[in-house]
Formats: sequence, structure tokens, C-alpha cells
Amino acid sequence: MDVILLQLLNGLDKGGAYALIALGLTLVFGTLGVVNFAHGVLFMLGAFCAVVFNKMLQLGVEKPSEDTGLGFAPPPEVVPYVDIWFGEEMGSLITSYSVPLSIILVIPFMLLVGIIVERGLIQHFYKRAHADQILVTFGLAIVLQEIVKHYFGANPLPQSAPEIVSGSANIGTWLGVSENLVYPWWRLIYFGFAAVVIAAVFSFLQFTTYGMVVRAGMNDRETVGILGIDIERRFTVIFGLAAVVAGLAGAMYTPTLPPDYRMGMDFLVLSFVVVVVGGMGSLPGAVLSGFLLGIMQSFAAVASYASLVFPNPADHSGFFYNILNFIDSWVFFPGIDQVIIYLVAVVILLTLPRGLLGRAGVMED
Amino acid sequence: MTDNRSKISRRSILKTGAVAGSALATPMFFSNTANAYTNEPKGDTVTFGFNVPQTGAYADEGADELRAYQLAVEHINGEGDGGMLNTFSSKALKGGINGKKVAFVTGDTQTKSDAARASAKRMIEKDGAVMITGGSSSGVAIAVQGLCQEAGVIFMAGLTHSNDTTGKDRRANGFRHFFNTEMTGAALGPVLKNQFGTERTAYHLTADYTWGWSQEGSIKKYTEQIGWNTAAAVKTPLGAGDFSQYITPVLNSGADVLVLNHYGKDMVNSLTQAVQFGLRDKQVNGKDFAIVVPLYSRLMAQGAGENVKGIYGSTNWHWSLKDEGSKAFVKSFGSKYGFPPSQAAHTTYCQALLYADACQRAGTFKPSGVGAALEGFKFDGLGNGPTEYRAEDHQCFKDVLVVKGKENPTSKFDVLEVVEVTPRAQVEYAHTDPDVKGDLGPYNDGA
Repeated sequence: MDVILLQLLNGLDKGGAYALIALGLTLVFGTLGVVNFAHGVLFMLGAFCAVVFNKMLQLGVEKPSEDTGLGFAPPPEVVPYVDIWFGEEMGSLITSYSVPLSIILVIPFMLLVGIIVERGLIQHFYKRAHADQILVTFGLAIVLQEIVKHYFGANPLPQSAPEIVSGSANIGTWLGVSENLVYPWWRLIYFGFAAVVIAAVFSFLQFTTYGMVVRAGMNDRETVGILGIDIERRFTVIFGLAAVVAGLAGAMYTPTLPPDYRMGMDFLVLSFVVVVVGGMGSLPGAVLSGFLLGIMQSFAAVASYASLVFPNPADHSGFFYNILNFIDSWVFFPGIDQVIIYLVAVVILLTLPRGLLGRAGVMED
Repeated sequence: MTDNRSKISRRSILKTGAVAGSALATPMFFSNTANAYTNEPKGDTVTFGFNVPQTGAYADEGADELRAYQLAVEHINGEGDGGMLNTFSSKALKGGINGKKVAFVTGDTQTKSDAARASAKRMIEKDGAVMITGGSSSGVAIAVQGLCQEAGVIFMAGLTHSNDTTGKDRRANGFRHFFNTEMTGAALGPVLKNQFGTERTAYHLTADYTWGWSQEGSIKKYTEQIGWNTAAAVKTPLGAGDFSQYITPVLNSGADVLVLNHYGKDMVNSLTQAVQFGLRDKQVNGKDFAIVVPLYSRLMAQGAGENVKGIYGSTNWHWSLKDEGSKAFVKSFGSKYGFPPSQAAHTTYCQALLYADACQRAGTFKPSGVGAALEGFKFDGLGNGPTEYRAEDHQCFKDVLVVKGKENPTSKFDVLEVVEVTPRAQVEYAHTDPDVKGDLGPYNDGA
């Protein structure tokens, strides 16, 4: 039972990241009609904003380090400005909160990146074939990745969650179930954060006039243009908004997964599957399928359901144990969690060709 | 008058076709009859091929390997401060090899076997490399070693830890200075027994490729010998990123030790996430839960940050060693690059020096001659104490370092502390041992 709950939490946490990336992808596709293969890299850039913010907090005055007797000069030690300005205690507290605080860098930076990319490159490809859009955005992704690798190297750069939430929550003890049911605080926070961002984006589109015009533009760009509304400018802002959502998802994910230059590509392919399964152009579909596929992937990683149901080795001979054991070896073989998303995608697309919540007329011309 | 046409029979056409076909199918390096052996150097230089990951997940290790090779070339050519050539027990090298200066070409393995083979082939066929060295993965090492055997050049393996490289996949033209999973198991077993006792249950998470399988097998073998049980051994795909779904089942498995048979980015991620799930602070069966990372590198430990503190593993070499060879290498490398070398840099530097020295002693670059000079060669002064290149499997035997994540690091490089230097006798095994036996076959000199 504990494992089932833990895998469910894992799935929700992973699904949160998929849903946030897929949300931005769908937003861009639904408004601009562009298949953006650089979207995963925006997730990665957001993560590196957290790295840069942390490095900014480490900036300070150099003081010569003590001789280590290695025969060469070791790098000088740095006393951070935040320690000098606010005192050592306050300084280290601020540094400890560098990941959530990095949001103040992520929002303007990613908005700027989104607008520059849209105005500088994407807008020239609105009327081109989807294949051209994929090629140019994929090329952009590779260039941005290589730039990040040049400056930050190829190794992962771990970021810490604030010390107060760096441990695990004893969910089992709270519920009176089992003391083995523990879950990292930061992952719970990430799930909550994803829910808040998704709610904010939906509210923006649903309850503001700006959002209403964008939704109208998604449905019928031509009529909105005839009404005298500069829909192009609004779509530029939407591209920036999608970049911000991806960036926030990336920055807040850094304590869970140390960022490296390739992390965006790892998420991108899965996120495309999430979008297709959810239904091209459907925002609720993207969120629903993000969580659904995250949970499926998590449950597929359990190596042995037989030993979970029958934990006592003495019971390892009955009929039901053997049935479960058979299923374990033929269905839950190693690596199935890496392909289950694609298998589920095939089944859903065969039964629901437009995806879970896809609208008629999108990508059907 | 004889009709010559009758001589052109179906059989002779088939024969001619077969001969022509096999000539065309033969790679260039087999057909160069002008040389006594493949890429015999004719001018005043000899070319080495440095095949390292310059892109991909191990690019940082590859960059450190390349730095070490460049330093080694300087020292072999009689330039710079000489580094470990001053402490090396063999004094054969006197600036250059056999009267020639060393030049080098580089290739990018991308940590992929096919890319690594393609770049090694290019360096042999186009650039005339007489020796290929480098790499940061056992899958790559085994693939490139096979290619070098076919091509008739020597392969001096870089960072490869699977038993198979000098075990079942050993080749006469291939040599490995780095240690392997069998030695890691033999060194770690007794330390784990002293530290955690004999009544433990281990849960393995294993990278699903040759090195991971080899590492899991060795650790199982040596921990079960000291009385530990194995609860489960779960294979994880390379580069899985988020390991949380593999870690949560550990919490309820009854295991009190987690063995992470992961390397590089996988190890950084799985260890970080295991610590986040509270495994380091957990108590199971009345004992403190323990995590073991059998193969450590400083670059990885730096990547995992605070999470490595107190966690045990093994390493081939560490910059904090105080023998004369290690001190000379750290000083030489640090003066040139501003930071201490990694174990990847150390093993590749040693391999370049050992190859150059063997060529000088053999008086040739011919693979069979160089191989004979390396087989059974005993040396010292390269940072690992007295070492021998065993003739039967071309594996170096030397002391192994057991390390643990340092509790109070003094700098960002000071992340591991040496717990024990396990003597060579304890980690040595028979080359005929069923787990590691293989067939070297004959040397291939190529042309």
C-alpha cells in the first residue's frame, strides 16, 4: 500500500513537470500554429537561471586561500557580498533560498528570451510548413544547448532546496499508516507549485479580456484581425508567457534533478507525446495527459508487484503469487517505464485519434 | 588453334570474383604492404590518437583526459617539468621515442560505441595513428579495442572499469591500466564488513549495460561472501534522469543498504534523490541505513555535492596521495591548468607514458614488439605503488583505494578522503577465474 501511494506521489510530481512543459507547447501551437522543438531548451534555460542566480549570490570579495602544499596556487576563496552586506547568518539564509528566489530572475529573463526568439526567428516561419518549423526550432535548440555547455560544462550542477524543506515529510505518520511512507518536501512543493502555475495560466486565459481575445484568436485568427485587434502582438506575449512557464518549471525542478545542458531534450520528446495524447491544441488535455502519463511511468517502474503483494517469502508459492510473478516478468520488465508512455500513446491514438480532449479541425487539414 | 574462351569457365569467374571481392572488402589498413606494420612511422614524428568523449554526458571527463594527454606528450618530448617521468622507475625515455617526436590527433567518442569506432578508424586510416588511447565507458573501450585488434594498432584503454575489457573481451593488442569491478569488490568487501557488519541486506540499482552488470556481479559476490543478503537488483536505463520511481520501492524492501551501480550523471542523480528520500538518515532493522557507490570519481563527487558525505566507494587514484609520483603529477597538472587532475586524467597520462616507454625499450612501434615489452612489465613511481602489467590478460595489478565522501571538505576539490589503500595481493585474481576468463589471441601487426 505504501509503495502504491509513493508511486502515485512520484507520478504526480513527474506529471507536474510534464504538464507545465506541455502546457507551454500547446499554448504556442494553439495560438501561433508553430511546432516548437526549442521548448525543452526553454525549460533547461530556466533551470540554468537558478544556477546563475546562485552564482550571483556567491559573488564577492576574493581573499587569498591558504597554501595547500599541492605545489600550485589553489583558487582564491570568496567572501560573498550578501554575507558582507547582511551579515553571515542572513547571507547564508538568502543563499539557501536561491532556487525559489531565482524566480525573480527567471520571469523577466525568460519573457525576454521568448520575445526575442519569437520576433527574431519564429515569426518568419508562420506561413511555412510544419517540417520547416521543426527544423529551425530544433536547430535553435542545439545552438542554445551548445552555448550553455560552453559556459557551464557538461556535468550536472546540483542546486539545493532551502534547508527548511530539504528533508522528507512523514506522510505515513500523519495519516497513521506506516512510517515508511515518506516523501521529499521539495517534491511536494513542486507539485503544489505546478498546480498554482497551471491554475494561474487558465485563470489568465479564462477571466481576463486579454485572455478572451487570445482564446478567440486561437479559434479564428482572421475574424479577430478583421475586428481591428492586433492579434500578432498578443501572440508574441503568449510566446513569452509559454517561455516563462517552461522556465519556472525548469528552475523549480533543479533541486530534484541537477541541471545539465541536455535536460531539455530529455523532457521535450516526452512532452510532445503528452501534447499529442492530450489532444493537439487542448490546454486541459495537455495537463490531464501530463499527469496521467507521469503516473503510468511511475507505476511501470515497480520491478516486482508479486513481492509487494506478498511481502512474506513464505507465501511465495501460491497460485496468485505465481500469476503476479508471471505478469512481473512479462509486463514489468526492466525499461518498460521508458516505453510505457509510447505504448499508451499508441493505444489512445488508435481509440481516440484526436487525443483525450482534442478539438476537431486541429492539424487535420 | 586453341580456343582461349573455353578457359573462362563459370568456376574461374567465381574465383576471380571472390578474390576481387575480398580485396575490395579488406579495410585500407590490411592492404598497405609498403610497411612492416600498420602506420609504421617514416618521418621524424610518431602520431598518437587520443579518442575521448568531447561531447555527451562524459565530456568533462574527456576534457580532463585530453589535458592529461597533452601534458604527457610534452613530457615524453622532453618539454615542461617532466611530471611523473622524473619519478617513473623506468628511465628509458630521453626526449622523444626511438628518435622521433610525438604528435597527436584527437577524436570524439561521444560516449557511443559506433561514434568511437568511427573516430578511431579515421585516426588510423587518415591520420596514421600508430596507437589509440582514451575513452570513458566500458562499452566504448570494448568496441574500440576490437577495432584496434583488427587494424593492427595498440589500444591503451582509458577509463573503463568493466571486468570484460580485460576479461572475456580481452585482446592481444589491448592494455588497461585502470582497475576493474572485481578489484573494487575485493577491496570494498572487507571495509564494508568492518563498517557495517555481516548482517545486512543490500538493494542494488544497476545501470543496464556491460559495466553496470559487471559491477553488480562483483559487489554481490563479495558482499554475499561476508554474509550479506541481496534483497533485489533492479536494472535502470542509462540516463534515466529521475530515479525516484526506483528508489521508493527500496523504502519498503526491508533492505538496509543501497548499492548504486551507477556512474557519471546517473550516479549524481540517483544519489541525490536517494538522499532526498531520507535514505541516509533512515533506520532499518535497528541499523543505520547505508548507501554505497562502488566506483567514485572526484568529478562525480563534486557533481553530487553535499550528498557524498560519509558514503563509501573505490577509486583508481586520488590527487591527495602523498607518494612522489602523485605529488609530481598534481604539481605539473595543477601548474598548467589551475586545478588538480581527476582519476581519468591520471590513468590516461600513465597509459601514454607506459606506451612510450615500452616502444623505447622495444626499439620499435610494432604492436607485437611493444606488447612484449609491456607484458609482465613491473614499474613504480606512477602514483599507485609497485604495479605490474600482467602478461596473461594485459591488466595492470596494483593497490586499490577505498574512499569515502569527506565530511569537512577544505576546498571544492577536496571531496573524497582515502580510507584504505588495499594492497595488490588482496585484489589479485587468477586470469583463468571463470568470471573473467577470456582469450587474448595473437598480436595483429597489421600490414
